[in-house]
Amino acid sequence: MAAQSVLEARQLAAQRGQATLFRAVDFAIGAGEVLVVTGRNGSGKTTLLRIVAGLTLAAAGEVRWRGAVAPPFDARLREVVAFNGHAPALKDELTAEENLDAWIGLDDRRAPRDDIVAALDAVALSRQRRLPVRVLSQGQRRRIGLARLALVRRALWVLDEPLTALDADAVTMLRGLLDAHLADGGICVAASHQPLPISPARVRSLVLGGST
Amino acid sequence: MSEVPRKRHAGADALHDAHADAVRTTATGDAQPSVLGAIGWALARDFRVAVRSKGELGVQLLFYVIVVSLFPLATSPSREVLATLGPGVLWTSALLASLLSLPRLFASDHQDGTLEQIALSPRPLAALVSGKMAAHWLTTGLPVVVMAPLLGAQYALDAPVLGTLALSLLLGTPILSLLGAVGAALTLGARGGGSLLALLVLPLYAPVLIFGAGAVDAVRAGVSAAPHLSLLGAGLLLALVAVPFAVAAAVRIALD
Repeated sequence: MAAQSVLEARQLAAQRGQATLFRAVDFAIGAGEVLVVTGRNGSGKTTLLRIVAGLTLAAAGEVRWRGAVAPPFDARLREVVAFNGHAPALKDELTAEENLDAWIGLDDRRAPRDDIVAALDAVALSRQRRLPVRVLSQGQRRRIGLARLALVRRALWVLDEPLTALDADAVTMLRGLLDAHLADGGICVAASHQPLPISPARVRSLVLGGST
Repeated sequence: MSEVPRKRHAGADALHDAHADAVRTTATGDAQPSVLGAIGWALARDFRVAVRSKGELGVQLLFYVIVVSLFPLATSPSREVLATLGPGVLWTSALLASLLSLPRLFASDHQDGTLEQIALSPRPLAALVSGKMAAHWLTTGLPVVVMAPLLGAQYALDAPVLGTLALSLLLGTPILSLLGAVGAALTLGARGGGSLLALLVLPLYAPVLIFGAGAVDAVRAGVSAAPHLSLLGAGLLLALVAVPFAVAAAVRIALD
């Protein structure tokens, strides 16, 4: 059964200052599955996601990607992870198109312009693609984040509150993206207060701070 | 539904195929990431962002011009006094101008989440931050180098002295950007980061100031500036080699 799981966490613990956020967190998810992390405010959801994404060192325990331990900033993990955190990582001075182009460039490759236009079209932002991000709304910025997920082609998506500021149309777009991602054998770890728009069969859930 | 969502899906299908390939061909970590490509990426991006926010660039250069111009007003107009003060003032003001521009180097990227994405990219982080530092120097250091000889005219410095001034700044200001970047990365996320940065970085700037202003003084005194300039050059090479790795480590610590 362990051979099936792609992403695994063993006895993870996290501390913030003196306080222990969580300890002894275990999970294992396989290709095409989503781990949905829930828990009250301050229970350490974001910290857990940052540990999984390889941004933060866990106080104890380890994360394994395809069986190999993946410490923070591990080179193999960096090639597979797409992290959408609280901050949208968009430059106000650049246009939506330029922001996306920059993110793909960060992957050491070039995307054809058509791909970028198609991705922005897919999140219904084609009319705004030449506007500086400064003038876009919160929800529109999140939509650019969705377009990025489609473009950067990573196997592991780490999404922090992906539904924040999304309207009904955008939630449908997120569902489409997630369905495609999971159908291709991608995996996803998401923290969310609202139920994610995906079929329950694919969901593993993890509740933080449930027992003390 | 209506026609619009259908169009969306046509676009999404093409993406989906490409995405599927990428997910299946799982990364092995064997690919050699291109260092120059990474430097170029960060340089181009930061340069573009800096050029779009012209105001901030102007402020930094104007600050340099004003500080340099204040000294002749505050001291005597005598040519000898000004010529003695000149090299020190022009160099000290360059330090302050560099300091003024440092918080911009990483803080906005840290705030908007860009730094996380940079640190998580498969490209080597030390190369990416090198590109950022290069963009920082091109947009803040180089204008000072160009401006200094013009401002030096206020201090009754003659042409050979002004030439040495420009040369010493050309070697010295990149060191300022590099050393400053270490400080800027270390103070990321710290409360009162700006003032802490000044305390941290200004002492490190002292050797650069001594050799930089020293080179100009040497020419004024009629001896060769070569020893000072050589030391500045050596310092620059050393900083170029060591700093990117230090900054990369500091950025990772700041994100943790």
